[in-house]
This record gives sequence, C-alpha cells and structure tokens, in this order.
Amino acid sequence: MPLSRTFSSIPLRLSLFFVVAVAIFCYGCKGTGPTGTISLQGAGATFPNPLYQKWLSEFSKQHPNIAIDYQSIGSGGGIKQIQSQTVDFGASDAPMTDVELKAAPAELIHVPTVLGAVVLTYNLQAVSKPLRFSPDVIADIFLGKITKWNDPRIKADNAEVDLPTADITVVHRADGSGTSFVFTDYLSKVSPDWKEKVGADKSPKWPVGQGGKGNEGVTGQVKQQPNTIGYVELAYAVQNKLPAALIKNPSGKYVEASIDAVTAAAAASAATTPDDLRVSITNANGAEAYPISSYTYILAYKDQKDAAKGKALVDFLWWGIHDGESYAKDLLYAPLPAEIVKRAEAKINSITSGGKPLR
Amino acid sequence: MGRQTKVIKRPMLSPHPNPLPKGEGNSPKVAGHWRFALSPTGNAGDAIFRALMFAAGLLILLIVLGMIAALAAKSMLSIQHFRFAFLTSREWNPIKGQFGALPFIYGTVVSSAIAVLIAVPLSLGIAVFLVEQAPYYLARPITFLIELLAAIPSVVYGVWGIFVLAPFLRVHVEPHLARWFGWLPLFQGSVTGIGLLTGGIILAIMVTPIITAVVRDVLAAVPNSQREAALALGATKWETTRVVLVNGVPGIAGAVMLGLGRALGETMAVTMVIGNRAEISASLFAPSYTIASAIANEFTEATGDLYLSSLVELGLILFLVTFVVNGVARLLVWNVTRRSGAAA
Repeated sequence: MPLSRTFSSIPLRLSLFFVVAVAIFCYGCKGTGPTGTISLQGAGATFPNPLYQKWLSEFSKQHPNIAIDYQSIGSGGGIKQIQSQTVDFGASDAPMTDVELKAAPAELIHVPTVLGAVVLTYNLQAVSKPLRFSPDVIADIFLGKITKWNDPRIKADNAEVDLPTADITVVHRADGSGTSFVFTDYLSKVSPDWKEKVGADKSPKWPVGQGGKGNEGVTGQVKQQPNTIGYVELAYAVQNKLPAALIKNPSGKYVEASIDAVTAAAAASAATTPDDLRVSITNANGAEAYPISSYTYILAYKDQKDAAKGKALVDFLWWGIHDGESYAKDLLYAPLPAEIVKRAEAKINSITSGGKPLR
Repeated sequence: MGRQTKVIKRPMLSPHPNPLPKGEGNSPKVAGHWRFALSPTGNAGDAIFRALMFAAGLLILLIVLGMIAALAAKSMLSIQHFRFAFLTSREWNPIKGQFGALPFIYGTVVSSAIAVLIAVPLSLGIAVFLVEQAPYYLARPITFLIELLAAIPSVVYGVWGIFVLAPFLRVHVEPHLARWFGWLPLFQGSVTGIGLLTGGIILAIMVTPIITAVVRDVLAAVPNSQREAALALGATKWETTRVVLVNGVPGIAGAVMLGLGRALGETMAVTMVIGNRAEISASLFAPSYTIASAIANEFTEATGDLYLSSLVELGLILFLVTFVVNGVARLLVWNVTRRSGAAA
C-alpha cells in the first residue's frame, strides 16, 4: 500500500523517538531514582545557601542513600513552594507570618539552623577608626533627618573622629531581601518614627538614598562613592574586609559585629523565645549581644505524608543542628546557642508521619 | 456515471498545470483525501512538511498570545484593585499595599530616551563611516568589534558601569554639566554618579552596536546607482552621503526602534547604576527605577497576592510597550527592504 508506506516511515519513527525521549526524561525527574535512594527537594533563602550546600554534601557522604537538593530561590519563593507542597522543605530568613501559616494546607514547623547579622558599612576616606552609632542616629540617617557627616549627634558617639562636613549618601538594598527585613525590623524597634513612617519589610519604601542590587551592588556603590553609608550581611562584609560600624546595644555597650556577638544575641533572647521559635532577636538585651542579628529557618510540615522521606528529613535536620553547626563558623555564620539547639531538637522530634514519631 | 464525474473533477482539485507522473498519491482512488487539503499536488511528503511548517508558524503566535493572556490573568487582581490609578500613582509601598507604576514608566522611558539620543548620532556616524568611507582593512575589524560589543553579557556592562563608568561620570562629567547647565532643572542636585543619567548612558553604549549593525545593512542595501547618480551630478561626498541617508530613512528608523526596544527591556546593567528609587525627579542626577529592574529586584521575595499581581502588571505594561515598539520597527524595516528590492 503506497499510503501506509509513506505515512508510516519517517513520521512513525519520529514519534517513536519522541515517546522514548519523553520516557527517558520522565524517568530522570521521578522522585525516587534507583532502588533504595530517597530524594528530598528543598528551596528558599539565598542567605544560608553556602552553608546548606556544605551540609548536603557532608550529609550525603554519611548517608549515601539520601539525595537532597536545595535551590536558593529566595525566602519568598521558599515559603510559596512549601505552601503549595512542591518541595519537601522550605527555607526562609524571616519567620512565616500568621497569615502565611494559615494559607498552608497543614501545620508547619520552624527549625532555626544558624544566625546571621547585618553590619553598617561606610566610605569615609579620612576616617580609619571604626565609627560608633547609637540606634536612634542610624534610624534618623536612614530617615533622612541627619544629612551631614559632621552632625552633632554622630559626633556625640565619635568624639575622637574628625568627621567631614559632606552630605551623607544612603545606600540600601534594591532587591527584596531578608537582610533588609532584619535591618528595618531593628530600626522599627529602636525608632517609633521609623516604625510609623516606614516599617519592617523585605522591600520597604526607603525615605532617602539609592538602591543597590544585592550585597555586591550595595558594596559597589558604597566603595565607589565617597561619604556613603549602607548595610550588608556580616559574612559579606568580613569576606570583603569592609569597614564595619560598632553599634550601641540596649545595654549601652558599643558592640562590633562578630560571630560570637551574634550567637550571644540569640542566647540573650532565649528566655523570651516563644515555643514555635518564630522570633525576632534584633535589639537583644545582652551585654555582648550584637543588636542587628537574626535566625534563618528551615520550614517543614509537622505531619509527613511519606514516612521514608519524613525520616530522611528528620535525620537531616537533626544532623544539621548538631554536626552541621560545626561548619557554620568557617562559612561566617553564627551557630545556634545550646539552649536553642535543645528547643530545636524538640521541634524536630515533634515531626510525625501518620501520627507516629519519626525519631 | 460515477467514473465520468471523477475524471472531470480531478484537474479542478489540482491546480498544478502539468499532470503529475503516475505514482503514489495521484491515483483517482484517493482523490479528495486530506493530503489535497494541505498540498495542491496531493503529495504526502509535501502535505506533512507544510503542516509542520504551519504548526511552527502558529506556535509563535500562540506563545505571544499565551504570554499576554497569562500576564493579564495574573495581574487581574491588581488591575481590578487599582484600575487606571496604577498608571498614574507615584506611590510604591509594599508594606502599605499601595502600588503605582508611574515612577517606573517614567524611569524606563526617560532612560531609554537618553540612550537613543546618544546612541543614534553615534551609530549613524559609525555606520556611514563603515559603508561610505572606511577602507576595507579598517571596516572589517571595526565591524567585528561592534559585533563583539553586542555580545557582551549585560551583567558585565553593569559591573563595569558601577566600578568604572559611575565614578568617571561623578568626577569628570556630572560636575561640568552642573556647572555649565546647572540653570536647567535637569542638571541640579547632588552629584553621585549613580542615577538616571548613568543608566541612560550605559544603555546608549549597549544599544549602539545593535543600531550600528542594522543601519550598516540598511545603507549597504541602498543601490549603488543612487551614489553614482549623485556623483555624476557633481555632488560632493557629503552630499552623496545625504542622498544615501535619505534613501535609508525608514530602515534607519527601524534600527532606532530595535535599539529602543532593547533599551526598554534591559535589566541587569541598568539596575546596577540607576539607583533603584521609585521616584520622579526633574534632575537626571537623581536615582530612578525602570520597570524591568523593579521586576527583577522585587519578584523573588515578593509575598502577598496584590504585590505579586502588581509586579506582573508591570510586566504586562512593559510587554505591551515593547510589543508596540517592535511592531513599528518591523513595519519600517519591511518598508525599506521592499523599496530597495524594487529599485535594484
């Protein structure tokens, strides 16, 4: 038959090829790969990504049957994906709000993993000694009320420093960021004016200044323009040896941003940390506490649908807050204080599958 | 009776002037088959080929329509909530849930306008030099360098902009602009090197290679008979060039539109140097914001339905602006190529 011959030859072979290709592709994207391997998918915050990648590689060395993948798509994306159950765990710098928790189909728990901090950096060519700032002065600089570097209120904190008469140029993050959230959360706590006019958010409406994209954008703008002030996350400031200001904490002490000072802030606020561990630790009330610090969290469902996957997730989280913490300092994250590790353990132990505990 | 009608009908179904050699697909038994609907010859290979090509063409149309539909659907919440106020409000405050696109539209349009103002004379100059003046040994390497410029990733332009261009403008350009043209509101305010002017200048550098490449092709397409005629009438080199340019006007306009389209949608390079501030200021030194930068910066961390919906609506606005600009560009380019084809 001429019809069947012409019709069957090339198109049929082509379609057969497509069927095989699709089959191979779908095999690759299946949840469980070769026999016995459990794969977990996580997504969220970019800030802890270097640490989580380290955790994944170390953990998979000890558990070759568990494959975990983490995609740093941003805290907002992490919250959205865990809400729609497209990932096994999410990650976020700011804890989920009550509204966001209600939008999830089941109960979610927050497991804090490490801490980060935000430092104030600046570009004043003649100044070599680290600057000191009081909380209200920081708020008023970012509100645009203090506009000159030689303002008497900046001078009051820095008596020995010869400050220029120049205008202050404020640089802030332009992209939505947990770093901005922590910084504005702090400003909202120390300045009623800031709280009323601006508030705390990942991308607030900044009263003054110019925006840089990412830590690298803010750093670039601060480094290239004299008389600027901006904020970046601690790890970034340390790696790039940026000048960092000392900030006056509620105990009245000027504290340098350091990993120990951040852990101290978490320890100082442990007593007031609620059961669900959703807490802001900015402006923490301890003598050694650095006031612009915060937790970063992993988000997971309290009841796991798949017992095998749930067990793998629980093992991973447990390993993370114990063995995993030892990698934190090298990567410039502050490890959890012992009290908080204890409370995070209880959270991990509360994860169940079909009502049965997984640990 | 039946046999007779078939014999009469066959040539009507096939407009092909010469009857095909006897073979597959030409047998009277399968006349009126689907293959004839797709291919006049009724050849199965032709029919399948035509169907595939038609599907490929249709796919582009479907993708464009699908994108508009998806953007419109996802931004429905903000369209219904703000209506036309979205286009006229200057307030962009995610905390208070107030979203207005005007500062972004302003920043996008003005930065692109600055880019085109700088890039068009520059590109015309380069293209005229390459086509009308440059000796072969110069034209080749310059063309190569221009194509190289067009291939540099925009994030590289952005990093160069923040570390080289912005400090250069702050020290060597903006103070002089403020000194000589400070009476204009455009050049007032504090000089920081980061702002609308820097964004426009970096866009100009990015679109120059595109405009140059297209204008060069357009000028090369102007028939030599035009140049010969002008020279024969005793025209100088400059007058001849003017004749050539006048001939290429629609094509040059198309090139400018293509460059403008690129400038409107550029994200990374601009966001590094424009200052990212949703405010409308008379001064070109002041920080500003573009639609594309706003989406890139805020989308990843945006939470809340109205916020997301507003960002998508920004995308819809940008899409429509770019769509119109590219449509106009296509029409103009098509116009000039048709004319030069007729003249040749």
